[in-house]
Amino acid sequence: MKDSRDYIRDIAEIRAMMERSSKFLSLSGGAGIMAGIYALLGVYIAYEVLGFNPDEASYDSSSGNYFSRMPELILLAFIILLLALGTAVYFSISRARQKGEKVWNPTARRLLVHMAVPLVTGGLLILILISKGLLGLIAPFTLIFYGLALYNAGKFTYGEVRVMGLVQTALGLMGTYFIGYGLLFWILGFGLVHILYGIYMHYRYGQ
Amino acid sequence: MSALAVNEDYDFNSLKELLDLTDGNLASHLKALEKEAFIGVKKTFVGRKPNTRYFITKTGKKAFEEHLKSLEDIIKAQK
Repeated sequence: MKDSRDYIRDIAEIRAMMERSSKFLSLSGGAGIMAGIYALLGVYIAYEVLGFNPDEASYDSSSGNYFSRMPELILLAFIILLLALGTAVYFSISRARQKGEKVWNPTARRLLVHMAVPLVTGGLLILILISKGLLGLIAPFTLIFYGLALYNAGKFTYGEVRVMGLVQTALGLMGTYFIGYGLLFWILGFGLVHILYGIYMHYRYGQ
Repeated sequence: MSALAVNEDYDFNSLKELLDLTDGNLASHLKALEKEAFIGVKKTFVGRKPNTRYFITKTGKKAFEEHLKSLEDIIKAQK
């Protein structure tokens, strides 16, 4: 004779199956923390070594020093991006393996596709901004599009990612408004928010 | 049914991995659900490989929700 415990277990199993089949649950907080650290390191290098500090929306040619460093800056940004993505992928794979689950499934694919649209749009927009010399807008815009991508991703993974997405977008908008502090907001968004979020995820879901 | 309730569709092989069943076992369960019109099938080709995708129907969704509700009612009644 089934008692209520069996039925409770039935429902729990059904709900678990619904979660597992539609959400990418191998995201790790550690990756978030590392991403934040990479971002902070990157900003430090950009500021001290390359002298990057856009305090206006556009530069005129009298700040020649800045333009000559543009390739290095873009290279730095790429390296940070690759490091952050690589760490995230690495942690996700090891976490999935830990749980005995496959990393690559229809949900993971949907997650990436839904993130790709805002990210690619943002990337193209930033290239356009560079070509037009509107360099001060680049940092806050990366925040905005990254935030939008995260908001989309949130549907296919932990709900907290949605909130983080909105926070990043808001920071990006503020950074656009307070143009002189674009870099500061960038530090807050890619650096601090990532680290805080990573710590929170770590304690909430374990690694 | 749980997996199909929360995804637009799901292909046969991914279902197999998710539920950890054999081809035959999964196929017979799917056939039974299809017979009740709880799920539908879409057969396409990805390149040259056949790709079979399943999706939940309106009838299936209703049945699934009723099932969940019945379970919840039983639990409440037994408390």
